[in-house]
Amino acid sequence: MHTTAQKLNGSEIFFECLRREKVDTIFGYPGGALLKVYETLYDVTDIKHILVRHEQGATHMAEGYARATGKPGVVLVTSGPGATNTVTGITNAYMDSSPMVVFTGQVPSSLIGNDAFQEADIVGITRPITKHNFLVKDVRDLATTIRKAFFLATNGRPGPVLVDMPKDILNAECDFIWPDSVDIRGFKPTITCHANQIEKAAKKIAAAKRPLLYIGGGVISSNASKELTLLAKALNIPVTMTLQGLGAFPASEPLNMGMLGMHGTYWANQAVNKCDLLIAVGARFDDRVTGKVETFAPQAYKIHNDIDPTNVDKNIKVDLPVVGDSKDFLAQLIKALPEKSENHDSWLAEIDSWRKQCPLTFTVEDDSLKTEFVISRVSEETEGNAVVVTDVGQHQMWTSQYYHFNNPRSIITSGGLGTMGYGLPAAIGAAFGVQDRPVVLFCGDGGFMMNIQEIVTAVHYKVPIKIFLLNNSFLGMVRQWQELFHQEKYSFTDLDESNPDFLKVVEAFGCKGMRAENPAQAEAAIKEALAYNEGPVFVEFRVIKKDMVFPMVPAGGSISDMLLERLNPKTMV
Amino acid sequence: MKHLISVLVENKFGTLNRVASMFSARGFNLQSISIGETEDPEISRMTIVTRGDDQIVSQVLKQLNRLIDTIKVTDLTHQPHVERELLLMTLKLSKATQHEIFELINVFKGKVVDIKQKSITIEVIGSPDKINTTIDIFRPYGIRELARSGAVAIHRGE
Repeated sequence: MHTTAQKLNGSEIFFECLRREKVDTIFGYPGGALLKVYETLYDVTDIKHILVRHEQGATHMAEGYARATGKPGVVLVTSGPGATNTVTGITNAYMDSSPMVVFTGQVPSSLIGNDAFQEADIVGITRPITKHNFLVKDVRDLATTIRKAFFLATNGRPGPVLVDMPKDILNAECDFIWPDSVDIRGFKPTITCHANQIEKAAKKIAAAKRPLLYIGGGVISSNASKELTLLAKALNIPVTMTLQGLGAFPASEPLNMGMLGMHGTYWANQAVNKCDLLIAVGARFDDRVTGKVETFAPQAYKIHNDIDPTNVDKNIKVDLPVVGDSKDFLAQLIKALPEKSENHDSWLAEIDSWRKQCPLTFTVEDDSLKTEFVISRVSEETEGNAVVVTDVGQHQMWTSQYYHFNNPRSIITSGGLGTMGYGLPAAIGAAFGVQDRPVVLFCGDGGFMMNIQEIVTAVHYKVPIKIFLLNNSFLGMVRQWQELFHQEKYSFTDLDESNPDFLKVVEAFGCKGMRAENPAQAEAAIKEALAYNEGPVFVEFRVIKKDMVFPMVPAGGSISDMLLERLNPKTMV
Repeated sequence: MKHLISVLVENKFGTLNRVASMFSARGFNLQSISIGETEDPEISRMTIVTRGDDQIVSQVLKQLNRLIDTIKVTDLTHQPHVERELLLMTLKLSKATQHEIFELINVFKGKVVDIKQKSITIEVIGSPDKINTTIDIFRPYGIRELARSGAVAIHRGE
C-alpha cells in the first residue's frame, strides 16, 4: 500500500507532499522557524511560491485562489507573529467554507510551552476557527498529516485546516512514505442524499404553485450550476441566490431574481414572502438573508439541502431536511421529478410585477460619479463574465445588485466574516488561479488601506488585476447606518481629511494608475483598464459621499418590511 | 431538559479542549464532562451532561459529530443506561456527631476512605441525583471539602 521509501528531511517531505497533492502555487512569507523549508524551496522549480507582504494577505490570496479554482489554497508562514497574522484569513475561510491548508512553522519541539522566541500556541488559537488542525510531533507523521489536512479541507463541507510544524521536525530525516488512502474514522460526510427524502422533495416540487429556489455557496463549491440550471428551467422555478451563491444561475436567464436578504432585490424578497415552497440548496439561512426568522417565508413548506447537518434546523426549522452534496441533491431531483408539474406562469407574472414596481435604479449626473454606475458599466463591458472580487461594505452590496454574474466561481467576497481588507489580496490570489477571464476588484477606500501593502505583490508578479477603488472618503456602510439609525452622528467614519493620495501611493508601489471623477472619465478609464494586461492597473473613482444602498431590510426586521428609499423610511411594503 | 450524552473520541491531546471550546463558542450548557480511556487505548469515552430544549440538544449532538476527533455520539437520555457519579467528601467530626454520621454513611451505602480525629473522608457512588441528596443531608454536619467526578454512563447490556 505504500510507495517506495526514500530518506528525506521534513522540509523535503513537505514539498514532496505538496507535489502529491498537485499544488502548483503557495502563498508565503519566510521566517526563523521555516529556514529549512525556504532552504529547500530555493531549489524547487515546480511549485510557485508567491512572496506576500503580510501573512494576512497570504491567507486571503489563498482563499481567492481556492474560490476561483475550486482547488485548496495553500499558505506557508512562520511561527509566532507569522502564524497569528493568519487568524483573520483563516476565520474568513472558515465562515465562507473555503478549502485552505495553512502550514505554520513552530519553535523546536523541546521549546514548546517555554514562551520561546516567536512562539505562539497557534493550534490552540485556531481550534475554533479551523475545520481541524494538527501539531506534528514526529517527522514520521508529517506525510500522513499533510495528506489528512488536504483531505479534510476539500471533502464534505470545505474549510481551512492548519498544520503546525516544529523546526526540529522540518530538519529531522525519515523514510518518505506517502499513504495511498486516507481514513479518518471521525469524518464520514454524507455525500449521497437519501432516496426517500428526494422522493418527498420531488412530490412537493411537482405540486407547488409558487415554488422558489434559494441557492447558496454550496452550489458553487459542489460545482452544481449545470444541474441547478437544468432543474430551474425544466420546471420554470425562479431562482434567488445568496451573496456567495451569485453566479450559480446565470443573470441572463429570466428566472434569475438576483440576491435575497438585507440588500436583496425587492422582488426576490417578496417572492420569499409569498412562496408556498422554498427549496434551499447549499444555503444556511444566515441572519443577513432571513432578517426576523419568525416572519421568513411564512407560507412556505421548506426543503433544505446542505452537506453539513449542523446547518439544518440551526437558524430556521425546516419541513424536509436533505443532507448531502448539493450536486447530488439536484441531480437526483432531476431524475425523480414526474413528467408533469404545476404551471408557474401566474407566479412568475406576479414576481415580474414586483420587479416592475421597484426595480434597481440609480441616476447618472454629468459632473458626479456613483459606485452603482461604475459597477454597472464594468458589468456591461465584461458581459458578466469577469471574476469579480470585492471588499466589504456598500460597494460589495452594489456589486451584488449591479454586476450581472453569468458564471459560477465569479464572485469572490467575504460574506460570513465581512473582512475589510479581504479584496485586494483575494483578487491577487484569484488571478493566480484564473487566466482566461479578467479579474476585477471593487474596493472601498477603507478596506483598501487595510491590506494596501499587497499592491507590491501584484506589481512584482505582474498580476493583471483591475483594481477599481470606489473612493467616497467615508466608511460608507457604517455611515449609512449612522444616517439611518444613529441620528446622523458620523462618528469616526469620515476619512476625507486623513486619506492619502491613493494615486500617488500606488504609483510609488510601481502600479499603473488613473483617476476618474465623472461618468465620461469613468467610461474611458474602465475601457483602458480592462484592455491593460501588463500587470495590475488601478483606477480611483471619486464617488459621491451621500449615496446609500437600497432596498434594505433593517437588521432584525422582516424582509417584507424593506426600506425602498431614504426619503420615506416609513415606507413599509 | 437534562441530557446525558456519551461520546467516543480519539485519545489525543487537545480533544477535550475541542469539545469544551465548542460548547463555550456556541453557548451550549455544559453541566459536567468526564473523560477516560476505554478498552481500546486509542479511544476515550466522554460523558457529557447538558441542558437544553430539543432544538438545542439536536444542535449539540450534530456539532459534536462534526468535530473530526469524535467517533461516535450517543444521546443516552431515553435509552436504557447506567449512570454513576463518585463523590469524595471530607466532613467535620466530633463526639456529638460521629454516631449520626456513621449511620448516614450506611444509609447512603458510602465508604469511609480516611478518618482523623476531627475529620472523616467518605466516598459515595450513585446517580447524580443521589449525590445531590447525599450532599444536602451531610451539609448540616459541616462539609470541609468536596469533589465530584461528574457523571459517567454506559448503555445497559443486551
